[in-house]
Amino acid sequence: MMMNSTSIVYLIALPLAGAVILLLAGRRSDKWGHLLATALCASSFFVGLYQLSLMFNRPSQERPVSQKLFEWISVGTFKIDAGLLLDQLSICFVLLITGVGTLIHIYSISYMAHDPHRRRFFAFLNLFIAAMLLLVLGDSYLNLYVGWEGVGLASYLLIGFWNEKPAYATASKKAFVMNRIGDMGLSFAIMIAFATMGTVSFIGVQAAVEQTSTPVLTGIGIMLLVAAIGKSAQFPLQAWLGDAMAGPTPVSALIHAATMVTAGVYLITRSNFIFDAAPTAQLLVVIVGAITLMFGALIGTAKDDIKKALAASTMSQIGYMILCAGLGPVGYAFAIMHLLTHGFFKAGMFLGAGSVMHGMNDEVNMRKYGALRKAMPITFVTFGLGYLAILGIPPFAGFYSKDMIIETAFNAGGSKGIILGIVTLLGAGITAFYMTRVMILTFTGTPRWDEKAQPHESPWLMWLPMAVLAIGSATSGYLLSSNDSLVKWLSPLFESHEEHHELLPPIIVSALALVMVAIGVAIAFLKYSRREIDAVAPKNVSIFTRIAREDLMQDRLNEAVFMRPGQELTKTLVKTDAVIIDGAVRAVGRLTIATGLSLRRVQNGFVRSYAAFILMGALAMIVAIWVVVQ
Amino acid sequence: MMWLTLLMAIPIIGTGVIAILPKKNEQAVKQIALTTTLIVLATTLAMATRFQRDNVELQFTEKYSWIPSFGINYALGIDGLSLVLIVMSTILVPVVVLAGWNEPQGGRWSVKNYYVLILVLETMMIGVFAATDLFLFYVIFEAMLIPVYFLIGGYGTGERSGAAVKFLIYSLFGGLLMLAAIIALYVISSSQGGATFDLAALSGLQMSSTTQNLLFLGFFIAFAIKAPLWPLHTWLPDAADSATPGTSVLLLGVLDKVGTFGMIRYCLTLFPEASKTFTPVILVLAVISILYGAILAIGQRDLKRLIAFTSISHFGFITMGIFAMTSQGHSGATLYMFNHGFSTAALFLIGGWMISRRGSSTIADFGGLQRITPVMAWMFFLAGMSSLALPGLSSFVSEFLVLVGTFTRYPVHAVIATFGIVLAALYILIPVQKALHGPTTPGNENLSDLNLREKIAIAPVMAIIVVLGFYPSPLLNVINPAASHVIAQLGFSDPAPSNGGK
Amino acid sequence: MDAANYLYLSALLFTIGAVGVVVRRNAIVVFMCIELMLNAANLSFVTFSRINGDLNGQVVAFFTMVVAACEVVVGLAIIVTIYRSRRSASVDDASLLRR
Repeated sequence: MMMNSTSIVYLIALPLAGAVILLLAGRRSDKWGHLLATALCASSFFVGLYQLSLMFNRPSQERPVSQKLFEWISVGTFKIDAGLLLDQLSICFVLLITGVGTLIHIYSISYMAHDPHRRRFFAFLNLFIAAMLLLVLGDSYLNLYVGWEGVGLASYLLIGFWNEKPAYATASKKAFVMNRIGDMGLSFAIMIAFATMGTVSFIGVQAAVEQTSTPVLTGIGIMLLVAAIGKSAQFPLQAWLGDAMAGPTPVSALIHAATMVTAGVYLITRSNFIFDAAPTAQLLVVIVGAITLMFGALIGTAKDDIKKALAASTMSQIGYMILCAGLGPVGYAFAIMHLLTHGFFKAGMFLGAGSVMHGMNDEVNMRKYGALRKAMPITFVTFGLGYLAILGIPPFAGFYSKDMIIETAFNAGGSKGIILGIVTLLGAGITAFYMTRVMILTFTGTPRWDEKAQPHESPWLMWLPMAVLAIGSATSGYLLSSNDSLVKWLSPLFESHEEHHELLPPIIVSALALVMVAIGVAIAFLKYSRREIDAVAPKNVSIFTRIAREDLMQDRLNEAVFMRPGQELTKTLVKTDAVIIDGAVRAVGRLTIATGLSLRRVQNGFVRSYAAFILMGALAMIVAIWVVVQ
Repeated sequence: MMWLTLLMAIPIIGTGVIAILPKKNEQAVKQIALTTTLIVLATTLAMATRFQRDNVELQFTEKYSWIPSFGINYALGIDGLSLVLIVMSTILVPVVVLAGWNEPQGGRWSVKNYYVLILVLETMMIGVFAATDLFLFYVIFEAMLIPVYFLIGGYGTGERSGAAVKFLIYSLFGGLLMLAAIIALYVISSSQGGATFDLAALSGLQMSSTTQNLLFLGFFIAFAIKAPLWPLHTWLPDAADSATPGTSVLLLGVLDKVGTFGMIRYCLTLFPEASKTFTPVILVLAVISILYGAILAIGQRDLKRLIAFTSISHFGFITMGIFAMTSQGHSGATLYMFNHGFSTAALFLIGGWMISRRGSSTIADFGGLQRITPVMAWMFFLAGMSSLALPGLSSFVSEFLVLVGTFTRYPVHAVIATFGIVLAALYILIPVQKALHGPTTPGNENLSDLNLREKIAIAPVMAIIVVLGFYPSPLLNVINPAASHVIAQLGFSDPAPSNGGK
Repeated sequence: MDAANYLYLSALLFTIGAVGVVVRRNAIVVFMCIELMLNAANLSFVTFSRINGDLNGQVVAFFTMVVAACEVVVGLAIIVTIYRSRRSASVDDASLLRR
């Protein structure tokens, strides 16, 4: 029996209250709204720390706690409580969300200082934090679903925060709709689970897995994967993430790098009991992760927009996590570890990008940067630490987490292991290439600034969070992996490790990875550091570059396969409705009128013709009666 | 105490008071209309507190002989299903009166007549859900068309006369089919222990399956026109396009519910075998309605027509839930009826305010409203979110219950219907983007935001949408016993978890 | 004398009246033809009364006469009014109800 707690709800209630107060109070809260929101997010973080300390003091089997708030939906056997579950996995997320969230709140105070709607921005941020916490704290798939769509809503609102620009409004709509396709997968998973297991709570489903046939589990697993694909911008639903960069940069850092897009990894890890019992679904997870990993990395090499390059990188890094989570019990903990370290270094780099944009009149094109190292030293250092971390240079965070993933991939066994190992290694090399490209274009070389640009370092409210995240990028990997602390912490949640078949010893894997990284860095140096960089992206590039610039044609594909036919279908149906269905209705009406009109001719107004008709009618009746009587 | 008769009498008394007032004194007319509807609401809520929710029998029953020679009674009574719908109706009427304070001004007739029509309609709305005598139900079912006909034809906009006639004749057509079926039932009952129109007595009749099928169709077509189910839906967009927003709310929010209410109360109860026979066909029609309504909503350029088509999609969900024959589907459908009333009301009222301010209902004429009229824009957005069933808002609970309930028995239908939620995102977000986002379109710069009266009118609707999303139990507790009673009477029980055949 | 002869006479009178109504234009003549038809019917009623040996037919004949009298009053009034307004008693001219 799980222990009860009465204080989990405050984690969600605090930021939710912030969102409600700020939205209802309207302009009256313009002066203090951002402070309140930041304070509430921070207090939620401290509640999280308090919960963590409580958890530490309990033996590992008693660590999960739950809280039942009220009965939410109850019809027949479909009983869903508004219940929360805080265990070793969710506490990791709680601290990441509220911790990074608080830092980004602080950063945004300064970043959004000149925006007239800053209060609304903070309301949405708080709304996002609340929804994301609900996502990771819900004790059933349906509660998770509420948070799942809640973060989708917050993401929609924040991407479209400057929706007076039509392109931004379209980007937000695109994100919401593509996310909804994923949400549909989650609905299917819940429906299948209820129809076959009679429950949708995590504990109930876990207990029912043993009595459930494999095809059903595979079905649920695939549907959960669809959900994860939508939310985590995985292939083939990844096209929204690049456009989502329309949102203010802190949003990109928080939602589209550190937290929301990793929800898919959470979902798969949380559903480990289903995936462990459904190897086909698991294999699909791995394939999706591997494809996206390469996809994102390739797109990253061709982007000139600093935020879009980072977004492509996010896609690719989440591909790593999904791949790792698909490798079964050995992989879950490493996926989460990479998720946490990625949360630090990617959020830090996005904030760095925001800081650069802040100093450069909101210019995002890296071809117009250059030599910002001197103008923005703090940004350079913090961004650089993130860069070292994502590359996987020891002893920075990425070294620990990414190496583990590559190692796990190699050890997956058989040809699968070799393929995955090579893919992850290649990915690491390409990552090194495009990240080095970003560094070189932005911070080194000669200035290619616009005349009006006057680069300057950001105020302390902005660089402080960056510094904190940079420290995290540097140290989190070591802290999480020393003594296997994270793996041990999470291990009670997952099935015990299978026997370990090692294809390559860890030291070789690390060495291989470092070699790949070195190659990537070297190519980038040769290509970008040795010669002048064009201020405008060159047109006469190879077909591959052009395809990569177009996000590997995914938008074109979606447009050709779904959007255009969809629009045609809509137009056709609108016409059909008017012409055929309503046409039939109107035809009946017209027929009635036409009959009336033709019969009206009999009413000619001449009394004598009426009399003649009456007479003929009477005669006809007499004849009729006579015939009948005869 | 005769609660139901009292409820029906109060609006009539209100019309009496309004009738005495001079035509010129429009403010007094409006105030009396609002007061009357609020008294009705208070009385309804007082009645609701006395409702025993675990009792599946009809409650607050009344029965008086009306036309004894034909066995016709004035008989009323409600169960959880009718109670929920009556509460919904009596909440919506004062909201409509307050929200459309200036609506009747542009009409062909006086302001006074407008409120007389609204109040008469309220009486009938209560009566139609409370009647337990088939003849009484039929009379009210048809009589309700008259005030709506005049509300559309007299106070609407555009092609109002044509739309009103189309609405009237379409509905009368269905009504006459139902009348024929009711008379047939009466005749059959006379050969089986006494001619009667009493619902309870009629539900045990012995009929050949052909008879039952034919009579079922007589009822079902009438309700499917009301509901409206594809392909009998084309009157609705025209009517909604021409009616005032307030009338549209009552038309889509309450009158159309009579269709889905009738499916449960009359089709399933009177003809259990025929219901099972026709279930496969009806489910297909419901699924078509869901997708068809959604796709057509996406293709609309006119805001009012768009909202009308979203309702066609939503009614598809309700019908699907009813005929899924599971307790989740049934409770979900009933809850859906309630929630749809409010989310559609919110969309129509706020859309109506936008239209009356701009003087156009074409979506492309709006643009950038979020910066000009933030409160109105956010309210519209919230209403739209409720319409696309965002979790945390009321419609999500009902929509998900319908889907889950359908999935346990008819997985294929449920899966196809679920695609409707992606389409829902499109049909809401496209108008949201065109009307609220983007640069300000010329002609919109000076639109005014919601005033206090409008805020007060829309506040309860929004509160219900949000609160019931998180805490639907008070309603579900009333609905569940009634829903499972119907299911059990039909001899169905929820499918047990299958474990996928292991 | 055979009572059937009265019926033949009645039928003849009725037919003359009916043909007159259809053929003649003058409203007064049409009117008189209608009276002729009514009285032909009366003749039949009285004849049947005689044949059956009861008073029912005669009673109906009285009713008919009362109705005919009323009709004369109203009908003549209308004809006179129409004649005053349009200087014609032709029934074909009074076809305004067509539209």
